[in-house]
Amino acid sequence: MNITTNGEAVSINPLTIKEYLVSLGIDPRRVAVELNLEILPKAQYETTQLKDGDALEIVHFVGGGAARA
Amino acid sequence: MPESNDKLVIAGREFDSRLMVGTGKYADFQQMVRAIEVSGAQIITVAVRRVNITDRTKESLLDHIDLKKYTLLPNTAGCYTAEDAIRTCRLAREAGLSDFVKLEVLGDEKTLYPNNEELLKAAKVLIAEGFTVLPYTSDDPIICKRLEDMGCAAVMPLGAPIGSGLGIRNPYNIQIILETVKVPVIVDAGVGTASDAAIAMELGCDGVLMNTAIAGAQDPVAMALAMNLAVRSGRLAYKAGRIPRKLYASASSPLAGLIS
Repeated sequence: MNITTNGEAVSINPLTIKEYLVSLGIDPRRVAVELNLEILPKAQYETTQLKDGDALEIVHFVGGGAARA
Repeated sequence: MPESNDKLVIAGREFDSRLMVGTGKYADFQQMVRAIEVSGAQIITVAVRRVNITDRTKESLLDHIDLKKYTLLPNTAGCYTAEDAIRTCRLAREAGLSDFVKLEVLGDEKTLYPNNEELLKAAKVLIAEGFTVLPYTSDDPIICKRLEDMGCAAVMPLGAPIGSGLGIRNPYNIQIILETVKVPVIVDAGVGTASDAAIAMELGCDGVLMNTAIAGAQDPVAMALAMNLAVRSGRLAYKAGRIPRKLYASASSPLAGLIS
């Protein structure tokens, strides 16, 4: 099935959010996930199944202080 | 010690250090960690960005920051609309599990001046959602007062444009802001060197936030120490109460008992 992750079209097997993060080598504790523009609470990573057409944003903290355009 | 009971209180949380530092623009994580340590800062700003899903080899910022020691202040740097800033704050809260956010909504790329209209819009929504909002704003007393009235936990007027290093361009405006609001006033952006930070603190500001002044210095770790000392010196001088400025000399040695 096809989903969009951080603006990129990707093709994956059916997975939960947690399984998907782990498959990408991402520590679920260190990120925040937005599923179809809604914040997904961490407690729901294990129970939420990705569906065809879903749009995901996976973000984390990076170095920053003042703005950079 | 005169410093020992002088805490910075933001939304009920106490901090010993009045210097807040960013985590951007360092040569590497090692240099960043050392500079932050030497700065004495307890609040550090971070940005929220997409995870690179194709290249996972890069280390993560949080691998290098002791979260027991530091309070993270996620920012909305790079957001130009209230909508984007709100979305970023919600993600930041989920990633960091803290309500503190440094809210900035920018007006344009050349000046990185705040778009105060969008800023007020975003602050209203975020405060209603329970965020502790620390807004980056222009050095405008009216906007600062409105932000305080809305429920912002502090106001963070700029000293000069972000990354410009021009120092406190309008100390009189900062002074009016200090007289106008009761929440902490933290000068955010514009500091170029230690004396700029000291000036902000001598004016009576509650804190100073900087990134480029330290990370962009030729020796960031040494500059971090300079800023640590400058913020503390400026604060102590403010609390100590400076002498009034006078046009003519007044002798400090007694006139009585002079030989002649």
